[in-house]
Amino acid sequence: MIALERVSKTFPDGTLALDDVTLEVPRGSVYGVIGRSGAGKSTLLRLLNGLERASAGEVRVDGAALSTLDAAGLRALRRRVGMIFQSFGLLGNRTVAGNVALPLALAGVPRAERDARVAELLARVGLADKAGVYPARLSGGQRQRVGIARALATRPDILLCDEATSALDPETTRSVLALLGELNRELGLTIVLITHELSVVRAICDHVAVIDRGRVVESGATEAVLGDARHAATLALLGEAA
Amino acid sequence: MSGWFGNVVWGDIAVAARDTLVMLGASLALTILLGVPLGVLLFLTDRGQLAERRWLNRAAGVVVNVLRSIPFVILLIVMIPLTLLLVGTSLGVAGAIPPLVVGAAPFYARLVEQALREIPRATIEAAQAMGATRWQIVTRALLPEALPGLVSGATVTAVALVSFTAMAGVVGAGGLGDLAIRYGYQRFQTDVMLVTVALLVALVQLLQWGGDALARRLDHR
Repeated sequence: MIALERVSKTFPDGTLALDDVTLEVPRGSVYGVIGRSGAGKSTLLRLLNGLERASAGEVRVDGAALSTLDAAGLRALRRRVGMIFQSFGLLGNRTVAGNVALPLALAGVPRAERDARVAELLARVGLADKAGVYPARLSGGQRQRVGIARALATRPDILLCDEATSALDPETTRSVLALLGELNRELGLTIVLITHELSVVRAICDHVAVIDRGRVVESGATEAVLGDARHAATLALLGEAA
Repeated sequence: MSGWFGNVVWGDIAVAARDTLVMLGASLALTILLGVPLGVLLFLTDRGQLAERRWLNRAAGVVVNVLRSIPFVILLIVMIPLTLLLVGTSLGVAGAIPPLVVGAAPFYARLVEQALREIPRATIEAAQAMGATRWQIVTRALLPEALPGLVSGATVTAVALVSFTAMAGVVGAGGLGDLAIRYGYQRFQTDVMLVTVALLVALVQLLQWGGDALARRLDHR
């Protein structure tokens, strides 16, 4: 479903953010990419919807090779790949409903259909009563739920989560992760999340890749990787969590 | 010549006030019309932004800085040939508008650029990740999010334009500033000076108060 084949990314300033990364995300999985800040996980996530382009190698999403897509092709792909952010990325001058409706409006979905879909999405994330409220009036957990509803508006089959719970307290983190798990099971949504917290991986990921200085050092089923950690980076993460 | 305001010809004051308002309204509208796209250009073509074009950004930056560094009184004079070309006269209210716009638009463009810079990176990334085109990002995300800042910037610019219109009076533009200089200053008619300056002060207060109120209303962040 998603595959990185020998992908490297060098930034214009010469920084090598990703170094020969190969990994495969199975359809319907919750795939965690864990590493310290600066390890390259944020770059890796942005390759999956073309916010960053690979310097070498190929990224495939749903069979499409991203290097072959033009701007229009990339935009079409992005409607099938939702994304949520650590700082939520909500538009402060749009209401909750306005935020969720935006991707639909951009895609040219007619008004009536849009309104129905927004109502459905807000009910899905438990914010049906907040439609007319501005994001500034919401808690962090509620804002991230708006972010999730917005990311799901165009019915993507993949959701990218960029440290989506890192700005939230432990209890809110649990409830947001529970929602993501629910969406994964009920909609068959494939989720790729990046995090620096092992607890997030343990809570929700069936697969995990450990990334260290731009390289994937271990990957596989979560229990297998964490149960039999070999690489120093993985052991360090386990040590911090213990 | 009797009473406290013996020199004041209220009919002249009314005409001058109307001229000032027309100059201000027309030049502010055109300044916003030119300044917003120019500010968006400065923002988008900068390093690391959506339409990074270093040479274009630098060229636009130089033009803006040059225009901003020319004192307005000088601009009024060097603009005369261009003004004649654009509106057919360098005198009166019409003749004042081109230099007012050329003086204010680059200033406003910088304020627009600054307002756009305050939008969090994640907000722009989110719009990109939704599959928005660059035009959609500008019109549906950047400008609506920056709107309170654009209004505050327009307020500051409008106040600057009020003092510019007074200077434009020097080259025959008319308006309250012209009246203050010709009658109040050159003919020592202190009462005319007082009335015109009081009206200018009231205008600036009104602009600032109205602009602040509007910006507050538009800001939900």
